[in-house]
Amino acid sequence: MRPLLLLLLALLLGLATGSPAQAQSKYLTKKGFISFFSTSPIEDIEARNQQVAAVLDLGSGQLAFALPITGFVFKRALMQEHFNENYLESEKYPKATFTGQFTGATAATLATPGPHPAQATGDLTIHGVTRRITAPATLELKNGQLLATASFDLAPADYKIEIPLLVRNSIAKVVAVKVVLACDAVK
Amino acid sequence: MQLFTRFALAGLASLTFGAAHAQTDLLADLEKQTADTARREVVTATFKGTRIVNAHSVETAGNGTLIFLIQHRFGALNSGAYEFFGLDGAALRLGFEYGFSNRLTLGVGRSSTGKTFDGFAKYRALQQSTGARAMPVSLTLLVGTAITTVKFGMAPVGGERSTASRVSYTYQALLARKFSPGFSAQLMPTLIHRNFVEQPTGQNDVYALGAGLRQKLSKRLALTADYFYLLPGNTADTYRNALGLGLDIETGGHVFQLLFSNTQAMIEPQFVPQTTGQFFSGDVYFGFTVARNFTVKSGL
Repeated sequence: MRPLLLLLLALLLGLATGSPAQAQSKYLTKKGFISFFSTSPIEDIEARNQQVAAVLDLGSGQLAFALPITGFVFKRALMQEHFNENYLESEKYPKATFTGQFTGATAATLATPGPHPAQATGDLTIHGVTRRITAPATLELKNGQLLATASFDLAPADYKIEIPLLVRNSIAKVVAVKVVLACDAVK
Repeated sequence: MQLFTRFALAGLASLTFGAAHAQTDLLADLEKQTADTARREVVTATFKGTRIVNAHSVETAGNGTLIFLIQHRFGALNSGAYEFFGLDGAALRLGFEYGFSNRLTLGVGRSSTGKTFDGFAKYRALQQSTGARAMPVSLTLLVGTAITTVKFGMAPVGGERSTASRVSYTYQALLARKFSPGFSAQLMPTLIHRNFVEQPTGQNDVYALGAGLRQKLSKRLALTADYFYLLPGNTADTYRNALGLGLDIETGGHVFQLLFSNTQAMIEPQFVPQTTGQFFSGDVYFGFTVARNFTVKSGL
């Protein structure tokens, strides 16, 4: 009887620490920015996406983002077409998503101005393949907005993205991804 | 002590449970938030290039892109060993197409057939899309003109021809739909106007209905075909309908289109109303189109 009571108490406590903060601590954007950069001896390739939807919860330390693959803009239209048609197969896999948590920064630490280093860990899904990644990040509260940045490297091969032999030397084995989010508080 | 451990463990369990719950919630939340702005998604790459086989496709160069087109048609396969089965007598068209916007492309070209210069404007009026306010088809309008620069005065009969008599016009509506990532089809009502026709019974205005399709075989290979049906009239009685069968090969930087057709011509006023070859009797011309894209204005 007593352990059960304790369990209940603990559960309540767990919920209590989780829920009340949620109402005010959620931040959301629909216009986040993600870019990737590939560098090779032949050429540098960059693509930018400004249609990233993201939500961060300072209370629980949760974070999620989703972006349409077709939102990536390249310097060359043909590259963009190949990216969607052949490499990312955006008609089959229209979105990339991430869900995870961040550590190292809380609502309390963010009270002091300036960017705070943090770490984001979670599941990144691209091209139908989900992999666990960890990325260094920064969080900052500024003018009521939550500014978040993160950067990490990923290998297209890990996400079963096939690169044809002819252009293999033009595309890096590992591309650098940059995430910049300016989220507004959710009322 | 034992009590405390148990308490802590239970607390931890509930926290992780709570966290996992919140996590899925968060993504679902996000989906909900973004769903209300259901993006209008434009369908791209209905065809690999700006040509299907002989015909123009609905595709245009796109803003700031310059396409250099090298089109080659060898002689007829049934011309025999003396002509090296057509490889000796090749026709060539070099062309440039530039996208002034994502909708408007202007192009120029020069064909060896009839020493002809041609120019065209291609305008994407409608673009197939999904999502909010979906559009089932793409529509591209094409207006073209061509002028032959052959010195007719050197011919044994007839004299030099006036400039006006050398000009012809093409009007086309290209209507296409990408039915699936692998299959696209296109309809092409076409009007060709020639200012001058040699035979007295010849038609100045020739109407035709074209159709084209593409079926992907793999990510980088596709089968293509196009066909122009001449509407009943003198031209339909005298000439053949143009047929082209092709294979698109994408290499990364550019697109190779290998093809077989019953015409050696590469512009509408020459292949729509003037095709003489009988495809199934061996009047087949082997050819290829190579498109090289140059980015003049960066998309970023």
